[in-house]
Amino acid sequence: MWTPVGRGRWHGRALTVWATSAAHRGLLEPRLTPSRGAAAKSRTADRLYSSADRKEKIDMSRFSVENIRNFSIIAHVDHGKSTLADRLLELTGTIDKTKNNKQVLDKLQVERERGITVKAQTASLFYNCEGKQYLLNLIDTPGHVDFSYEVSRSLSACQGVLLVVDANEIDLKNADPARVEKQIEKVFDIPSDECIKISAKLGTNVERVLQAVIERIPPPKVHRKNPLKALVFDSTFDQYRGVIANVALFDGVVSKGDKIISAHTKKTYEVNEVGVLNPNEQPTHKLYAGQVGYLIAGMKDVTEAQIGDTLYLPKQPVEPLPGFKSAKPMVFAGMYPIDQSEYNNLKSAVEKLTINDSSVTVHRDSSLALGAGWRLGFLGLLHMEVFNQRLEQEYNASVILTTPTVPYKAVLSSAKLIKEYREKEITIINPAQFPDKSKVTEYLEPVILGTIITPDEYTGKVMMLCQARRAVQKNMMYIDQNRVMLKYLFPLNEIVVDFYDSLKSLSSGYASFDYEDAGYQTADLVKMDILLNGNLVEELVTIVHKDKAHTVGKAICERLKDSLPRQLFEIAIQAAIGSKIIARETVKAYRKNVLAKCYGGDITRKMKLLKRQAEGKKKLRKIGNIEVPKDAFIKVLRTQPDK
Amino acid sequence: MALPGTRARGWAAAAKIAQRRRHAEGARGSSSRAPPSSRAALYVHWPYCEKRCSYCNFNKYVPRGVDEAAMRSCLVTEAQTLLRLSGVRRVESVFFGGGTPSLASPSTVAAVLEAVDQAAHLPADSEVTLEANPTSPSGARLAAFGAAGVNRLSIGLQSLDDTELQLLGRTHSARDALQTLAEARRLFPGRVSVDLMLGLPAQQVGPWLGQLRMLLGRCDDHLSLYQLTLERGTALFTQVQRGTLPAPDPELAAEMYQEGRAVLREAGFRQYEVSNFARNGALSTHNWTYWQCGQYLGIGPGAHGRFVPQGAGGHTREARIQTLEPDNWMKEVMLFGHGTRRRVPLGQLELLEEVLAMGLRTDVGITHQHWQQFEPQLSLWDVFGASEEVKALLAQGLLLLDHRCVVVAGGARARRPREP
Repeated sequence: MWTPVGRGRWHGRALTVWATSAAHRGLLEPRLTPSRGAAAKSRTADRLYSSADRKEKIDMSRFSVENIRNFSIIAHVDHGKSTLADRLLELTGTIDKTKNNKQVLDKLQVERERGITVKAQTASLFYNCEGKQYLLNLIDTPGHVDFSYEVSRSLSACQGVLLVVDANEIDLKNADPARVEKQIEKVFDIPSDECIKISAKLGTNVERVLQAVIERIPPPKVHRKNPLKALVFDSTFDQYRGVIANVALFDGVVSKGDKIISAHTKKTYEVNEVGVLNPNEQPTHKLYAGQVGYLIAGMKDVTEAQIGDTLYLPKQPVEPLPGFKSAKPMVFAGMYPIDQSEYNNLKSAVEKLTINDSSVTVHRDSSLALGAGWRLGFLGLLHMEVFNQRLEQEYNASVILTTPTVPYKAVLSSAKLIKEYREKEITIINPAQFPDKSKVTEYLEPVILGTIITPDEYTGKVMMLCQARRAVQKNMMYIDQNRVMLKYLFPLNEIVVDFYDSLKSLSSGYASFDYEDAGYQTADLVKMDILLNGNLVEELVTIVHKDKAHTVGKAICERLKDSLPRQLFEIAIQAAIGSKIIARETVKAYRKNVLAKCYGGDITRKMKLLKRQAEGKKKLRKIGNIEVPKDAFIKVLRTQPDK
Repeated sequence: MALPGTRARGWAAAAKIAQRRRHAEGARGSSSRAPPSSRAALYVHWPYCEKRCSYCNFNKYVPRGVDEAAMRSCLVTEAQTLLRLSGVRRVESVFFGGGTPSLASPSTVAAVLEAVDQAAHLPADSEVTLEANPTSPSGARLAAFGAAGVNRLSIGLQSLDDTELQLLGRTHSARDALQTLAEARRLFPGRVSVDLMLGLPAQQVGPWLGQLRMLLGRCDDHLSLYQLTLERGTALFTQVQRGTLPAPDPELAAEMYQEGRAVLREAGFRQYEVSNFARNGALSTHNWTYWQCGQYLGIGPGAHGRFVPQGAGGHTREARIQTLEPDNWMKEVMLFGHGTRRRVPLGQLELLEEVLAMGLRTDVGITHQHWQQFEPQLSLWDVFGASEEVKALLAQGLLLLDHRCVVVAGGARARRPREP
């Protein structure tokens, strides 16, 4: 393990840690090991009681500013940062050393099941070094690009970071620290002698990481004597206690009973509880400048604890901290209850979940086929999946999630439309709003800059895949003798559905993919209609790139063909752009129905069957004279499982 | 117990004449020798089989031994009780179904018929059908059933392909079937029906039509075509579910049905119901009663009935089901005189729904007169004339509604010439 002192890439300093844990390979593969699930359960039970059990309050005043370090762990997804965090917690006695400590900071079931971090967590570590008692605040961060907003929030409370790089990332057999060392120099500009080689899994050299944190990360530049200035960098919602705000104190002191004011809302609150997270909430008497912890102050709604907000004392106003830019949704999907009677339950579940995840945008929406629901905006695909999984696991809600779409834009040319929208450039979230080409100067689609790292034997296949996804190559670089880093500009909609799975399967799981927002580009977009015997099916209108219209149209027609029940007449399923038909499937007429015998003993059963059918028909949506069951829409609209 | 042979043979002959007369009168309204509420058909369920067929989910049992005397006595008792409850004075048809009723003794059949004749009236021209499996009855045995009063046989032949018969779990071969058929025709000329199945797993159209043609050369004047329905809980269902057998192809089954209809039409058969074909007027009186929503009593374990319990002062038609399990049924009959497990009064709307659903299965559909018997206030025009759904079906040529009746177009009625 090597600990190089990194040059500050953020406003603090970076330490590089090489984790040589065999367990960490590949990117974001859900790992559903039973032991982890079991551990998760028992741990959840522990947690329920932990903060109540520890009545004894810690005196935080003994940690002066120079003995405080606030740091994060930064790593590519699944490189082992949560495992390292577990070891750090054990080493500092924050948690007991047992075999069950797996991803202690990953509290959500979805995090444990997928082996990822979704929500940043904080833990205060008490560590004795050369006779001095240090307070090390570790802020765990998510590794996936979808959650980068969580990362940036965490970093704002830190003065330095640990950079974890897995030396075995691609292939265990070829593990080659020297090669990884060169890669780090090449990619991050960090000299190899500044790295610490560790095995988080086995605990090797982890103690040196803590020493390096103390040596190389500066204490926060803050003052206890100044008036209180606390940054809200995260918040969670507890059904019983209300909003729990995670705060970093830049100046001053806060204690239970204090009145505080939100710079954002100007509302005044009384602090009911302050404490540190280790990693569960542990009440303290006070929190002092430089420290990181939580406070509960009777906020009923998470919007009251705006992330990025500054809290201060009445009569002692301060200059608010810069705050954060709110995250912009990149992927949209419709969400509907499977049964409309579940609407209210789902509504409250969505509300509760968005309280803890304000990056999800929610707009009410309704579909003729699927009923009342919402159009939700997510930061990315993983974010969407995680949201859905949390709904199911934490709120027991099952939903229909429609195929994700991206926010297109149109630059209007029609004066009338510009007047109507009050702007020239409009964002189109719902295909129904797609303006006609005659009223538009150009259409725009969101693009992302994708980075793919792959063993070079797969380069050809990867490049073919990217081309098929309308991507433009921007860069290609060998990061060592047999690994290539490719950069491509992708239309976002080309990667939202199944790109990642395709990439993984063609590279036997070795290629990794990461992306960042790259704005918008002009695109030849068309609106594709789906017709049943010439009648438009409104819920299936799709915006699609002209080059992909045929493929997409054909796929929708085929899926409809498989799910539409046969009727007494033939049904033509067509995909059309304007008046041009680009794909067609046919459902043949029903030929038999009542051939079964029907004598005295069959009549009751037959009548029941007919009644059930009649009931079922009431629930069908009629398009023209074609009865379409909700299931057919669901099969076409819902996110397709991995192919 | 057996009735005198002369009487039995007299029944057979008279029944044949009566049947012709009745169906010449056709569906212009049933003969009204007695008010409908005093007439009924009678279904008798014999719940035992030698072996379970792979496709059958009927109420049947494969027993170690049958106490036939007890069974016989209970069937007689229940027939007497239900006839009394119903106030029925004339039984116009009797159908022994199952199970495998040809496994019962002819004397049991005779005892039931005798009891019916005594409790109500069983005219000499009543149709008395017995379901027979090609294996169980020898010629002599069939003759004994005839002597007992049976005058019509329905043979569960199912297929003329030995591999298919094995798949269906039948105990007979195609040869057995043809032999039994020949024997039956000799004993009950013009009064034998055969069942043929279609749409079996892996069955192809050509070979099946071959079977049908071969059967046409050997059969009598009545034939039923049944498409295999995979019923949950049967061996065949499980096999298809597990993928050890291919699922029947509905396209092929539809083709077999259409082609089969054409072949039968050519051979002079009238398709008088979705699954039933007859020539020389050999329609089944008993089954016709079901489709015309006439009254019927059901006796025996699990039997269904539909009648007004007039004898007990009732005025509403009831759907009745007898207790399913034979031993329990027998206990109940011995205790209460009957084993009726459920009685559900049929509302006027439900009754009309049945009139419609059953009538549409027949080639005559629902005539205005027929409808009026059940609903004197509202005519067929009143009920269906304004319906958008009906209009659409009429426009698509799937339904006909005219001054005579409402009927499925191209269904059972297809290309049948109008009544002369």
